[in-house]
Amino acid sequence: MTILAKHAEPAAPPQSGKPSRFGIRRIGDLKIALLFIFPAMIGFVLFFLVPTIRGIYLSFTEYSILGDPTWIGIKNYTSIFSDDLFWNAMAVTVQYVALNIGFQTVIAIGLALLMHRVAKSTFIRGALLLPFLVANVIVALLWFWMLDYQLGIVNEIISWMGLPRIAFFGSEQWAIPTIAFVNVWRHMGYTALLIFAGLQSIPNHVYEVANLDGASPTRTFWSITMPLLRPVLVLVLVVTVIGSFQVFDTVAVTTGGGPVNASRVIQMYIYQKAFGESDFGYASALSVILFIILALVAFIQMKFLKGNETDLD
Amino acid sequence: MSTSTNSRRTRESAAAVVGSPQSRRPGTKPVNWRRTGAWVLVVIAVVVTIAPFLWMLRTALSSNHSLASNAGNLLPADFSWGAFQRVFGLQSPEQAIAEGGSGADINFWLYLRNSIIFATLTTAGQVFFSAMAAYAFSRLRWPGRNKVFAIFLATMMVPPIFTALPNFLMIKNLGLLNTFAGLALPFMFMTPFAIFFLRQFFLSMSREVEEAAMLDGAKHLRIFFQIVIPNAAAPLATLALLTFIGQWNEYFWPLLVGQDESVRVLTVGLGVFKSQSPQGAPDWSGLMAATLVAALPVLILFIAFGKKVVNSIGFSGIK
Repeated sequence: MTILAKHAEPAAPPQSGKPSRFGIRRIGDLKIALLFIFPAMIGFVLFFLVPTIRGIYLSFTEYSILGDPTWIGIKNYTSIFSDDLFWNAMAVTVQYVALNIGFQTVIAIGLALLMHRVAKSTFIRGALLLPFLVANVIVALLWFWMLDYQLGIVNEIISWMGLPRIAFFGSEQWAIPTIAFVNVWRHMGYTALLIFAGLQSIPNHVYEVANLDGASPTRTFWSITMPLLRPVLVLVLVVTVIGSFQVFDTVAVTTGGGPVNASRVIQMYIYQKAFGESDFGYASALSVILFIILALVAFIQMKFLKGNETDLD
Repeated sequence: MSTSTNSRRTRESAAAVVGSPQSRRPGTKPVNWRRTGAWVLVVIAVVVTIAPFLWMLRTALSSNHSLASNAGNLLPADFSWGAFQRVFGLQSPEQAIAEGGSGADINFWLYLRNSIIFATLTTAGQVFFSAMAAYAFSRLRWPGRNKVFAIFLATMMVPPIFTALPNFLMIKNLGLLNTFAGLALPFMFMTPFAIFFLRQFFLSMSREVEEAAMLDGAKHLRIFFQIVIPNAAAPLATLALLTFIGQWNEYFWPLLVGQDESVRVLTVGLGVFKSQSPQGAPDWSGLMAATLVAALPVLILFIAFGKKVVNSIGFSGIK
């Protein structure tokens, strides 16, 4: 989060160490501070801290909402390990994330470059942001209609071009690519705006020097833009990958996880285990695993792509 | 890559980028080609983004039965307000079925009201309480301040699904399933993002006015309400706008705790609407009219305050 802080904190005065006219006492403003953070503290403890601990506890129990949770040790985890549906869900989710993030990032970088160099109007940026502001559910239903096998405009165009119609949401091989595409459409403008903000922070003189050295545009892009953009790009990737792993809404309103198991992503599986089969212990164990995977993904990305450092200095 | 073959193009594109006087010289046609190509891409991107919304409108204004025979027609097929009438319950069930609806009672006015209550309640609570906490984390001095803030921030890493299950159990145990309290409570007190976002602004505010007020004997509560909040009106409004849009679009949590019709919000209602469509011949116009109505408040907010939203993304970064 260092980058965000840097961007947002241009005029932040140094806070610590400077003795001021008030707050000299060691305890400072503790009393009044407690009053001010009291509501947020309630929210933090009740809806973040306690549920996190309880979620971990429940993952070691068998709990079907009725009665009390019974402690069963790591049995949930060992069952998950040999659960074909879990591995299927993981495979489906990873496939989705790869397609979603791959296309989304490349398109977003392209759009960000266009926003930065060519189309500088706020209107165009706003237009591209529009799908992101509309609910997942609405976007999913809109594309569910446009990609309908019988009447959808996309299949209408496909058949007009003389190609066979495609059952986008209805076939096992197309379900995940289709859902990934729908979310690329929804997120590309937003992701582009984030990258665009990163582009704006690259000083112009770097480009001028490259130009004087006679570097080609391609060369400039790979040797200057990309390396200097890296910290922002890593951060964007961490956030979008983590979001992408938790895809649910689009799947829930279009395929519901089908056909067969073709689009049962991990969060859909957790939802079905908890609310379809009332197996809260198992579902909790699944979400602990998802949590660990997300933490690992974030860690690996930060570590290997060195998101904390900038090449600008 | 060899630079000699590309040197000409380099100068041109650099001219386009930096806007050096070279670009105004005659005989630089290739520059225009490059720019034309780029603009074509921009136009394609905008069309791909906007066209589906127009298709939504076109379908909503069509008569459902005529969609099949006019699938490729760009104008509304057999123009009709019927779909909107169905959405708002202005048609009798018989008439609705005759026009391709399910005839089931869907009360969009109710869902609309519920969405407004849910989004307003959570936005107001979250922004206000987060502002209070951000004030304590930025303008007050107390032992452990930065540690507590770091712990708050760390929760940003916890995926929502992880807390959703235990939160559901807690709301259920409290007997708050299918109530607005149950819907709103987990969002009402704070999000780490909101506190982080506001703290940045509070940190950058000048201390002078505050210190002057202090010398006049003003207490922190008065400073907070009369100095900090008015001075941070712009970031507070931006945050409120982003939060409202996010809450308006929330689906997973209301799906868990707000299934009952009396508190069902629009996103959940849309899912139900879709699954109620008769198999084989879904009420596409009705569905698109419903999605359009559900998207409208956000579209209006965006048209009114779009610039703010667009500019806030970037430094506020990541939600």
